[in-house]
Amino acid sequence: MAKEEEVEIVRIVTDEEKTFAKNFNINDLPDIPTGLPPHLELQRTRVVCKNDAPIHTSSVVYSGAYNAVGVDNSVKLENFSENFKVNVISSSEDGMDMEFDMIGINAAIANAFRRILLAELPSMAIEKVFVANNTSLVQDEVLAQRLGLVPIAADPRLFDYISESDQPNEKNTIVFKLHARCERGEPRLKVLTEELIWLPNGSEMVKESGESTSSKPKTFTSFSRSQDSFPEFAENPISPSNLDILIAKLGPGQEIELEAHAVKGIGKTHAKWSPVGTAWYRMLPEVILLKEFEGKEAENLVKACPVKVFDIEDMGKGRKRATVAQPRKCTLCRECLREEFGVPIVKPKVKPVKDEGKDKETQIERKEWIDNVALHRVKNHFIFKIESTGSLPPEVLFTEAVKILEDKCERVIADLS
Amino acid sequence: MEHGSFTNNSHASFTLAEEDHTLANAVRFMLNQDPRVTLAGYSIPHPSLDRVNIRVQTTGDPAREVLKDACQELMLMNRHVRSVFDKAVAEFKVEQARLKAEEEEREKAKEELKKQREQLESMDIEGN
Ligand code: SF4
Repeated sequence: MAKEEEVEIVRIVTDEEKTFAKNFNINDLPDIPTGLPPHLELQRTRVVCKNDAPIHTSSVVYSGAYNAVGVDNSVKLENFSENFKVNVISSSEDGMDMEFDMIGINAAIANAFRRILLAELPSMAIEKVFVANNTSLVQDEVLAQRLGLVPIAADPRLFDYISESDQPNEKNTIVFKLHARCERGEPRLKVLTEELIWLPNGSEMVKESGESTSSKPKTFTSFSRSQDSFPEFAENPISPSNLDILIAKLGPGQEIELEAHAVKGIGKTHAKWSPVGTAWYRMLPEVILLKEFEGKEAENLVKACPVKVFDIEDMGKGRKRATVAQPRKCTLCRECLREEFGVPIVKPKVKPVKDEGKDKETQIERKEWIDNVALHRVKNHFIFKIESTGSLPPEVLFTEAVKILEDKCERVIADLS
Repeated sequence: MEHGSFTNNSHASFTLAEEDHTLANAVRFMLNQDPRVTLAGYSIPHPSLDRVNIRVQTTGDPAREVLKDACQELMLMNRHVRSVFDKAVAEFKVEQARLKAEEEEREKAKEELKKQREQLESMDIEGN
């Protein structure tokens, strides 16, 4: 009996069917929907800002998150290369601020760039201050701190790091001198960063202890050649990047005389070495009208938005409709989610005495927020802004930041091999 | 540095010295994108320690290789980001220069027109 059954089974599965079974893939069938269903797609690609709090804020990183619906969530390098885009939006007059869009990248990586820009890119900053005379109101240590924060326009790539044991030389130190004096009878004097004079030959202060056996007196630096003999500095002498920063104010008879030594460092050690004022990003806002806004309502909506995201479109025959004109500008103030857009929230003046009154109050509060507009943020579209302090233009800073992340990866690979 | 077991190399923790969220979070993301990975995470054991621990568990491949691949992938991604960014900046600069040239051209044309008009006006006056 059992033998017979076996034989039958063998007969049923033909070769044709076998090959079909082997090549079968459920996704090849015509009626299977491909891609994610819309609600999951929204969850994956957008942060949705509700009137109390945003939802779907985390990004779905696990590659197999959507295996159940047959969607691969992994970012392959080929896909990434295809989808990744950069658009430069604007750059300031002096070229030190820049705004650009980075599209098709995950927050984890965009954030790595931002963190490196802030804390791990080198720049030059004043680290040692030798005060010869300071009779101003600003104490020596406060003065030194203020000087440290002065951004210096010098390409840090041309300098080496200095270590404890290193002698300050022309490759690792920039020396400035400052001598300001307010004569008696003169009005109060402002000491600005323009008074910081670059000394390409190094320190001019003579060390007291050193016996001058050699022809040159011993100073606090040992430059073997003048910095302005380097071709990079011959044309554009080193100076603070802004010449109008106030360092101190001097009263009549007061005087400051000092020498400041700038060295290379990174923002992790001290914020004064951060080459950017700020580097930040935000996700692209997406504003969607959930219903038609016409006439008076449209006008109210346009008026409600403090940054003018909405505009009025003429549809002919005197009909007017609200449109989303500049979603980029949305600050997510959520004013447009309120029922009476732009009208300040009015709490009932009368204290609710009885149950009836209480009901009324809660009703009013609840009516203040309604869903007129959907506010989204696109999770993989970053509006990046870099404000350089002046040592390097922002585009160079960004490429340097990416290079640093590359180096980090390389180091890990080398460690593991 | 790797802390794993001798018998099962598909599960391991790694300690990276002198690294922080910057690298670890990016690497964690890359690891999670790899279908061979069942679990990937990182932690900084103490804020005053300059190190980060990365945990990798895979479906069978050696964790070390998977982590290396993730770093490799991240590096290639960065290289791509850099090339795209540089291209975009170059394009922007060209565009900016073009706009500026156009603006100057327009200014010049305006100036020219103004001059001609003035000339004409003065001629008119002379004619009268
Ligand atoms: S959230 Fe604020 S800024 Fe954004 S569209 Fe609404 S009103 Fe305008």
